[in-house]
Amino acid sequence: MLRYILKRLAMLAPILLTVSLVVFGILRLGEGDPAMSYLRMSNIPPTDQALAVARAELGLDRPLHEQYLDWLGCAVQGDFGRSYVTKNPVLEEIFYYLPNTLILAGASLLFTLVLSVPLGMVSALKKDQLPDHLTRGLSFFGVSMPNFWFGFILVWVFSIQLGWLPPMGKGGPAHMVMPVLTMSLMSLCINTRLIRANMLDNMHARYVLYARARGLPESVVVGRHVMTNSLIPVITAVGMHVGELFGGAVIAESIFAWPGVGRYAVSAIYNRDFPVMQCFILVMTTIFVTMNLIVDICYAWLDPRIRYEGGGQ
Amino acid sequence: MTVNGLKRHLRRGLVAFSILVVFILAVSALFAPLLSTHDPTEVTLANKFAEPGLDHPLGCDHLGRDVLSRLLHGARTSLGAVAVIAGVILLLGFAVGATAGYAGGVLDSTLMRICDVFLTFPTFILAMFMIGVLGTGIVNVILAVSLTHWAWYARIIRSLVLALKNREHVLAARVSGTGRFMTMVRHILPPVFAQLAILATLDIGHMMMHVSGLSFLGLGVRPPTPEWGVMIADARQYVWTHPELIMYPGLAIFVTVMAFNLLGDALRDALDPHALEHTATDHARRETASSSESLQEAY
Repeated sequence: MLRYILKRLAMLAPILLTVSLVVFGILRLGEGDPAMSYLRMSNIPPTDQALAVARAELGLDRPLHEQYLDWLGCAVQGDFGRSYVTKNPVLEEIFYYLPNTLILAGASLLFTLVLSVPLGMVSALKKDQLPDHLTRGLSFFGVSMPNFWFGFILVWVFSIQLGWLPPMGKGGPAHMVMPVLTMSLMSLCINTRLIRANMLDNMHARYVLYARARGLPESVVVGRHVMTNSLIPVITAVGMHVGELFGGAVIAESIFAWPGVGRYAVSAIYNRDFPVMQCFILVMTTIFVTMNLIVDICYAWLDPRIRYEGGGQ
Repeated sequence: MTVNGLKRHLRRGLVAFSILVVFILAVSALFAPLLSTHDPTEVTLANKFAEPGLDHPLGCDHLGRDVLSRLLHGARTSLGAVAVIAGVILLLGFAVGATAGYAGGVLDSTLMRICDVFLTFPTFILAMFMIGVLGTGIVNVILAVSLTHWAWYARIIRSLVLALKNREHVLAARVSGTGRFMTMVRHILPPVFAQLAILATLDIGHMMMHVSGLSFLGLGVRPPTPEWGVMIADARQYVWTHPELIMYPGLAIFVTVMAFNLLGDALRDALDPHALEHTATDHARRETASSSESLQEAY
């Protein structure tokens, strides 16, 4: 097991290196002339001479790989430059907003898992009966529902019509209800379907037949054998939900004026604040990759087959 | 009537409904200028928040623009963008996936590592970043969403090709002297296409939500171009006074996504050669140790 973890950890560095290469590549391809935007930001008229000076100053006259290594060296030390708008170090700003987003994402993930397990289970156990039809119908509606619309429906119902929940801002737990619902709807429905499908698959497996043949009570057969095996793939799903939740967070923060990093990044895009944008994608991707790594390790821990397969290669 | 009979009827009804919706959408997208009664971008402040009436069946928005005309033209923008995205993704995914699966060796592993890089990023965040760098506008949205989605397709197509490559009928074709290229065209492509049609239909809703979601954030299609996500963003300030303005475009997206999901499910039931799906699924499972096939499909 330790070997597996070490091996996966060793893979983290090359993955993040490639990520940084792609981000640098997109920036250099799309940014146009950084010297030009630098001059515009500093209110210097872009004469040929000023451009040449700015290029030398920014190191743009050096070969591309040197520029990349410089950039990478700074990034590794946490130096992503200063925001064009606030002039503050970018990483500090991102870390200021990040906890708010992580709270929402964590709560959504928890909500997804806590609700989808019983829903998926009931749906599978009562297959083709009323609870199953209800769950399947609802999850079908849920996966077709755009989250940026669902958020406003919630506002309309719970804030405007009923007046139960605050429509925006950050505060007590009540402020979190609607953002969390908005963000988790999609992953909740997908997870419910996944658990139902897994349970139904497993119920026809041979080991279940054997467990029944041994005379085990149904509760043990379902509770211990079917359930545990059906939940293992859900761990993998968590890794993918995190990616979806980050996207959902940007939308939910925008709808509910939640002071998170997604909303900050959107405003940075409006301002064409490149240092903020690159730091945002690098931080989010690092979290995403790390989460997937943890997921893989949990998976290997629970399912020895993966461990051995990985070790045998 | 038996329960099964009832279910079959319900299922048929839903499929008919989804086909109808897709047909209506296609018609309104193609003939939006003929069907709409007003210019979707024409501002008439006298008509600000006009009530629904004969002249404006769904009323007017905060700038006095006709809501129905904007919805019809919005279908054109959203569906048009999604159609182009789907085309780009399928072409790119197909070129990379089929080459990798059929050629194998170094080429295969190189191409798959490139896919891995794209799969490392959270999709929506990467799309946001690309638009941030490239700038907003419909062309950049199409580019960003296509580039963030193609890698899944390349992987799935590769595993389909791998599963088919060593099937008896393909081997028989090779043994009897059919060239590599012709074998590909005759025996491998057709079943892969059937599978792709299903996947693409199921995914159209997802792509549409990305396009409209980006537009909603102000990072996609630029106003005043009518687009459903833009319409929701426009109406958000007026949710307290005129919630119906947010309901129309949202409902349009919801019904469209639902129709394509239903259609995708129906296509799967109708077209899916079951055995193929299973071998491909097994392959994909082994290939992507950290992701389950059904989930890929769902996202």
